[in-house]
Amino acid sequence: MLAAKAVLRMTALSALIQRDIKIALRVGGGALIGVLFFLSVVVLMPFAVGPDLKLLARLGPAILWLGALLASLLTLDRLFTADHDDGSLDLIVMSRNSLELVCAAKAVAHWIAAGLPLIVAAPVLGLLLNLDVRSTAVVALTLLAGTPALTFTGMIGAALAVTLHRGGLLLAVLVLPLSIPVLIFGVAASEAAITGPQSFGAPFAILCALSLVSFVIGPVAAAASLRQGLD
Amino acid sequence: MSLIDFANPTRFLALTARILPWLMASTVILLTIGLYQSAAAPDDYQQGATVKIMFIHVPNAWLSMFVWGVMSLASLGTLVWRHPLADVAAKSAAPIGAAFTFLALVTGSLWGRPMWGTYWEWDARLTSVLILFLMYLGLMALWRAVEDPSRAARAAAVLTLVGAINLPIIKFSVDWWNTLHQPASVLRMGGSTLDRAFLIPLLVMAIAFTLLFFTLQLAAMRNEILRRRVRSLQMMQASQKAA
Repeated sequence: MLAAKAVLRMTALSALIQRDIKIALRVGGGALIGVLFFLSVVVLMPFAVGPDLKLLARLGPAILWLGALLASLLTLDRLFTADHDDGSLDLIVMSRNSLELVCAAKAVAHWIAAGLPLIVAAPVLGLLLNLDVRSTAVVALTLLAGTPALTFTGMIGAALAVTLHRGGLLLAVLVLPLSIPVLIFGVAASEAAITGPQSFGAPFAILCALSLVSFVIGPVAAAASLRQGLD
Repeated sequence: MSLIDFANPTRFLALTARILPWLMASTVILLTIGLYQSAAAPDDYQQGATVKIMFIHVPNAWLSMFVWGVMSLASLGTLVWRHPLADVAAKSAAPIGAAFTFLALVTGSLWGRPMWGTYWEWDARLTSVLILFLMYLGLMALWRAVEDPSRAARAAAVLTLVGAINLPIIKFSVDWWNTLHQPASVLRMGGSTLDRAFLIPLLVMAIAFTLLFFTLQLAAMRNEILRRRVRSLQMMQASQKAA
């Protein structure tokens, strides 16, 4: 009986994940706009710092990380607003599944739809920044380990913003301080692997730890703010 | 007298009106003693007179974290017990905490210039305190962004509790990472490494600053309660006119 219930719950969650990914990738979903924004930020950088290929290669990991951070910030209000606008968020909150698990599922779906494309795009953009194959691979690896943390901490801000009916700038102001550690260790790990005498392992392990910790805290905080705020 | 007795704003106002003068007087007395003692403290054999910045810098830094702790407790009060004064406390503490954090950063960088040769260094302690400052500002922006205070209170409470993760990071950053900022020297296992001539003025200043915080906090809470009363009176008046 318990096992059957658990299976039912898992099916509900996986259905939710599939639904969210489908909505995000179809017309009007806007998940892939993040990749376009990522491209634009990276293309802007040579204009800002000058087309010096050596300098670009040195700044490359930082530029890619900054671009990915801003792009994931941009897509964050998609996480709850669309569902809030058409009323399905209220149904989801009222459903029998625990809201924390639902929030985690929504964040996973959002990361697959909006975060993974950024990581896939990173090697292509690395070419523009004169990064060699190894450096690009390292940056993509750190992005793979770090972007979940951005999504899960960002989800807290998205949940707050949707309950307050304020998106945009307020969300950015709330989320950016929380994402500074991810940026620090993401860039530190990639720089250590590319140039540095320091070890790659320590910052990379901290990056993974940040993702795991935010996977625990993000859904709980987001669920708390949805429960308190939607009335 | 339990915590719930303070839930009545009128009783709170009456009580704080009696406490506040005493609190103010003791703050002024302790601050005077502390400042006099810090001025009279001997110069450090390495740092010279600049060591006296410590007597301002360290209490500010302590308070910057203490205030977030107070706000976290108040946020629990908002979310768990729905205490009506908890969100008033959380709201009025945020600007005060931001001011303490700002002063800690400014005095620290003024101290860093002669000692480290730079106003700013991206080390773990400095960066984590800067993040704390940004979070205070974000919290204040959140309070200002929403008209309905109780709705803003619940959102701010969630954010405050999430931000409380930063506190242990700030406290232990100097032990976890090899940083320019010196490791803990007052509150540490095996006793303080600070000399008595510096420790006593520092502790007096720390108590004085804590009292200063409570004075400012109670005054700000009174203002906030009165501000809310004025707001609801104005709204009542407006609705009467409309009717």
